[in-house]
Amino acid sequence: MKYIDEFRDGDIARKIGARLAEEVQPARQYSFMEFCGGHTHAISRYGIAEMLPPNVRMVHGPGCPVCVLPIGRIDLAIKLALEFGVIVCTYGDTMRVPASNSLSLVKAKARGGDIRMVYSAADALEIARQNPEREVVFFAIGFETTTPPTALAIRDAQRAQLKNFSVLCCHVLTPSAITHILESPEVRQYGTVPIDGFVGPAHVSIVIGSQPYEHFSDEYRKPVVIAGFEPLDVMQAVLMLVRQVNEGRAEVENEFSRVVSREGNLQAQALVSEIFELRTTFEWRGLGEVPYSALKIRPSYAQFDAECRFDLRYQPVADNKACECGAILRGVKKPTDCKIFGTVCTPENPVGSCMVSSEGACAAHYSYGRFRDIPVVVESI
Amino acid sequence: MCLAIPARLVELLPGEQAIVNLGGIRKTISIALIDSVEVGDYVIVHVGHAIGKIDPEEAARTLAMFGELAEAGSEPVSPPMKAAA
Repeated sequence: MKYIDEFRDGDIARKIGARLAEEVQPARQYSFMEFCGGHTHAISRYGIAEMLPPNVRMVHGPGCPVCVLPIGRIDLAIKLALEFGVIVCTYGDTMRVPASNSLSLVKAKARGGDIRMVYSAADALEIARQNPEREVVFFAIGFETTTPPTALAIRDAQRAQLKNFSVLCCHVLTPSAITHILESPEVRQYGTVPIDGFVGPAHVSIVIGSQPYEHFSDEYRKPVVIAGFEPLDVMQAVLMLVRQVNEGRAEVENEFSRVVSREGNLQAQALVSEIFELRTTFEWRGLGEVPYSALKIRPSYAQFDAECRFDLRYQPVADNKACECGAILRGVKKPTDCKIFGTVCTPENPVGSCMVSSEGACAAHYSYGRFRDIPVVVESI
Repeated sequence: MCLAIPARLVELLPGEQAIVNLGGIRKTISIALIDSVEVGDYVIVHVGHAIGKIDPEEAARTLAMFGELAEAGSEPVSPPMKAAA
């Protein structure tokens, strides 16, 4: 398909790989965090890790909305379905994330909860139109990419004066998560998690633009290269980051200029700020409470806010003790450092959120990378 | 979750809707989040909404950058460009 195939050309990828090998300084170690799960997925799926020089290490970041969703939030959605009897509509990714009491949304559905997988917020709105006698809640998760469609659904619900539609808003913000990582002790204290730069989000940046990242290059002296999700985009971004490090620069560069501008999608931003406002704090899995890192529905749209409508109170829930998702999301540990990786915890039966979404670091490594860890032994007979 | 794909706009519909062609599959999406699109434009589709337009010139420029690099890679190693110290 156009704009996909040409960005997956293996010959060019090998040439970018060769160029990278020429340009890295052998005595240096380079660590770059790819913030987005989409990049994590591309790195594992297309074997990009193998094409990078050995002294270039990619650290997986927390940029997968399913992975950073804390258990307590899923519990709220389950409560809505099982206790309040509402129709809960949600994106497919959230269905299998383990919640409290050995439940997940898919298990709650098996217990009789009316939980429906939808492709878009607009579909949830349609379900509300078709079921005027039932309450319908859209369990909205995601970064800045999925927020505008949710805002649109709320605006349309208001225009249509729908009385039975509301949103359980769990939308989170990319720049605050990056700030939190840069401020975390693991990154600030030398040596624990070295980060020399970031591969910036592709689709999030379509909406917010490249401007919000300038803070990281100015204040924290970290280079940022915004990159598309195709393998050549990722390879090129790593090359651009290596060049910045070699030249002692810390700038925001845009490899994904075919869709991302400095100011982003202003129309979407205006709609989002009309409907949503900042939460003072929000709990992320792996990062804990992060100030000003998420959105809530403005009081003027309170009738569409499921938290107000059903008087929901968020209760934090501790993760499974054996699960290392938290440390993996902060880049402190690799999936293989987790005792239950690939044994108890698999994509078919995930214990932690990083194994649920195909963009989670654990699922990506399980699906495409785990055989890399096994040394090849050739025996002659 | 962040699956979003480039698709070609083939038909504009009333109510800020449009039909896109995704490698042979036709799907109705919302174009309420972007302004001034025309049939033939490529848009990035995410959860049923177009969130941005692809700029064909910038796409060609990025591909040309890979192309130049591919040519450069086949030549003898040249030192990377560096800013004057």
